Amino acid sequence: MASAAQVSDEQAVDSVVVRFAGDSGDGMQLTGGQFTLSTALAGNDLATFPDFPAEIRAPQGTLFGVSAFQINFGSRAIHTAGDQPDVLVAMNPAALKVNVESLKPGGLIIADSGEFGKRNLDKAKYENNPLEDGSLAKWQLLAFDISALTLEAVKPFGLGNKEALRSKNMWTLGLALWMFDRDRQPIIDWLNSKFAKKPEIAEANIAALNAGHAYGETAELSGPVKQAALPAAPADPGLYRTVNGAEALSLGLVAGAQMADLPMFFGGYPITPASAILHHLSRLKEYGVTTFQAEDEIAAIASAIGASYAGTLGVTSSSGPGIALKGEAMGLAIMTELPLVIVNSQRGGPSTGLPTKTEQSDLYQAVYGRNGDAPMPVISARSPSDAFECAIEAVRIATQYMTPVMLLTDGYIANAAEPWLVPDMGDYTEFPVQHMTQAQEGGFKPYGRDEKLARPWVKPGTPELMHRIGGIEKGVDTGHIDYGSENHQVMTNIRRDKVLGVANSIGDQQVELGEAGGKLALIGWGSTYGPIHQAVNRCREKGMDVSHIHLRYIWPMPKNLAELLKSYDHVIVPEMNTGQLKTVLRDQYLVDAKPLNKVSGQPFTIAEIETAIAEALG
Amino acid sequence: MNEITKIETTLKDWETDQEVRWCPGCGDYAILKAVQRTMPMIGGSPANTVFVSGIGCSSRFPYYMETYGFHTIHGRAPAVATGVKLANPELDVWIITGDGDALSIGGNHTMHVLRRNLNCQIMLFNNEIYGLTKGQYSPTSREGTNSPSTPYGSVDHPASPCAFALGSGARFVARGIDINKNLPDVLMAAHAHQGAAFIEIFQNCIVYNKDVFEDFAAKKTAAATQLWLADGEPMLFEKGEKGIALDQDAMALKVVDVVDGDWEAAGVLRHDVTNRSVAHMLVELQFGEFPMPLGVIYDDPKPTFESAVVAQNEAIAANKKPDLQALVSKGQTWTVTEDGPDL
Repeated sequence: MASAAQVSDEQAVDSVVVRFAGDSGDGMQLTGGQFTLSTALAGNDLATFPDFPAEIRAPQGTLFGVSAFQINFGSRAIHTAGDQPDVLVAMNPAALKVNVESLKPGGLIIADSGEFGKRNLDKAKYENNPLEDGSLAKWQLLAFDISALTLEAVKPFGLGNKEALRSKNMWTLGLALWMFDRDRQPIIDWLNSKFAKKPEIAEANIAALNAGHAYGETAELSGPVKQAALPAAPADPGLYRTVNGAEALSLGLVAGAQMADLPMFFGGYPITPASAILHHLSRLKEYGVTTFQAEDEIAAIASAIGASYAGTLGVTSSSGPGIALKGEAMGLAIMTELPLVIVNSQRGGPSTGLPTKTEQSDLYQAVYGRNGDAPMPVISARSPSDAFECAIEAVRIATQYMTPVMLLTDGYIANAAEPWLVPDMGDYTEFPVQHMTQAQEGGFKPYGRDEKLARPWVKPGTPELMHRIGGIEKGVDTGHIDYGSENHQVMTNIRRDKVLGVANSIGDQQVELGEAGGKLALIGWGSTYGPIHQAVNRCREKGMDVSHIHLRYIWPMPKNLAELLKSYDHVIVPEMNTGQLKTVLRDQYLVDAKPLNKVSGQPFTIAEIETAIAEALG
Repeated sequence: MNEITKIETTLKDWETDQEVRWCPGCGDYAILKAVQRTMPMIGGSPANTVFVSGIGCSSRFPYYMETYGFHTIHGRAPAVATGVKLANPELDVWIITGDGDALSIGGNHTMHVLRRNLNCQIMLFNNEIYGLTKGQYSPTSREGTNSPSTPYGSVDHPASPCAFALGSGARFVARGIDINKNLPDVLMAAHAHQGAAFIEIFQNCIVYNKDVFEDFAAKKTAAATQLWLADGEPMLFEKGEKGIALDQDAMALKVVDVVDGDWEAAGVLRHDVTNRSVAHMLVELQFGEFPMPLGVIYDDPKPTFESAVVAQNEAIAANKKPDLQALVSKGQTWTVTEDGPDL
């Protein structure tokens, strides 16, 4: 892949990686988000990776205050946010220092020289100005005073210096739009609507955007910056939009509740990176959604259990530390056999860990993390748009099997955006819930079973079916308190078999890429889909015998998985933890699954996985 | 909203077929009977009633009521009840809890269910001890309580349930005694209150904290030790010979003698259940120097949580037509045709 800097009009390039980096107050996430939108509208496939500090406003100019947004876009299918940027936009010395080493050799640096004064250089721990001392020689450098150019551009609007400099990100965006031949109009429309009440701010930002664009077009930029238009990526016909994981998951929950024909109750407590789901759902009241910001994580799940008990769909959401707090209540939902969806947007752990960085280290917690033998279905989303499908699936399993379901996503999926082929809601099979209103033949059995071993769901308020449930072991059929040893054995088996029975409704595990059987399979789950898929694809193009399998169903697993895994000589499990799925696979299937692990808070690069494949097949 | 239609029932209709498993002589039996006696009087419907409890001896209560019941986990009953009530505001929700359940492990939820003013009845069985775990001291145990976990006496200061409730924003606070015949009256007043109604019930744990309330609960000395409050009535006790008045200099309550029944001359206060300041003083009275205030201490309703949630949901949803296909298609979109993107 050629770097954008080397692209001439004749040179073919099928994808480009751009990273915008600046102070956490510089509006880099906004810039990246708008660039994403214009890219999507140009028909390119794309993947993004927002990477920001946990501090809301870290001290200006510091290394730990750097916020970055990376986008990979192109005219072919894009599965990851890209390994190494082709272009780095650095708004200050700290942003340069933190990001420059990941830039491709020969890549392009665009730096705001106006921010490279002594004070900022000191804060970034630069002894000399890197724009002048030759230390950036292996890259191409374009340094100009974006601050001054922005001030000049917005001068007519009479803003104060500080206010005027806020438009710097739009100036930079304008330049980037020119570089990749993107349309400015969607951004202009967005600015006009965002600042509808402050038209002078909208005008200033648009002026900055246009100035950046014009700078690229007309200014005396000799050398590296050339307009690089990427043709649109091939895609299935249909209506597209961009979506991030938190929004797609929220929409999926709403869709799932509608397919179950139930109102939804969502109990949540603010936590990064899960809060966005609470925010999205709190605006969807017309879809029968009640949201409740509880006093703590435990109240969030307990209220959702209460709502499920009352006959609506209870949903709760959190991230690792909050999920830990909910553990006891999950056991209650398992014991009382009530439907419940628990969303875990995983982040780096343990404890508070890395709140804004991604990780997949809650798989053990999801599958095993409760007291007692407490089986619970666990499914995981692989991408933002897949989160929509998984949320519907979680609702289906919860309501059809009368069980809590854990839905795993992660900070990367929650924040990342991708183009989404808008689903036709008519294509889905609904699964309407029937609450029991009349006793079974032979008398009411609150813990009677259907063919899936699910017990009846009776709403309080239903005449003649009054009954009591709780966390103490239940008698078979009656649901009365029963401490009997034989009863506990029977009930434990029923709870296990009911959850294992979910496998009857999920179909066989498919192979994403490659054949069923061969030398090597990479089996992944969650947001590692992109890099695994790309790496396997590249290795197959080189003629290597390697396949990609990606699990949605973590517990129970598809019934054919044992046979499928045993059809390969070697199995590698890449995951962003120290080997959790690997352990479960070894335990379940006695396969010699080998781990490939990374816990740096950053997604796998394609190259890392390619290297592992080459070594395994070497 | 609690009574849609009043239902005719008898005490028997509220009993389950389950064997009651509290210790013989436990105060819980009396409270259970008082509740089963109250339900027909309020015209309650068994199918429309839900008892939600946490963990502890008292929390077994739902198993013995022929209603819907949910025996949840330690301290979390108010949170579960909040979900039940938000999902179906028509249900008549009762929370059964104890001193450890409500004020120790579940203190946070107790505070917030009161602050939010969920329309429900919260019955806190206070026996000043952990009964189910065999006798450890509780957050309401008096200083110096000897227990398996405090063999040399407890050193921490007890919490006052009613002061906690008022401080959390409760709009109804009352007290009762397990074996007292007035308990159904207190429960009826609580049920009539629209909003979170907090009732502290002194409950005798005959195994681990026997007769800890005997100083004021004993019948033979009740006249001198119990101050039964009634809205609009003077705060009198000791057969009307003593009363509660305001010490203007100390800005505190004081006990005064009433001569020849002339309580007004003695400055005795007339109980006003809507007076929050006096309620704060009443729940802080130290027993011994004062009698124990019982009955409805405070009752001044304000809008309930679930009615506000429902009203907002309906107001926002009004004039919006839910359309799932439109919802998923929102934002800036583009179309790809067989020939590529249509831009």
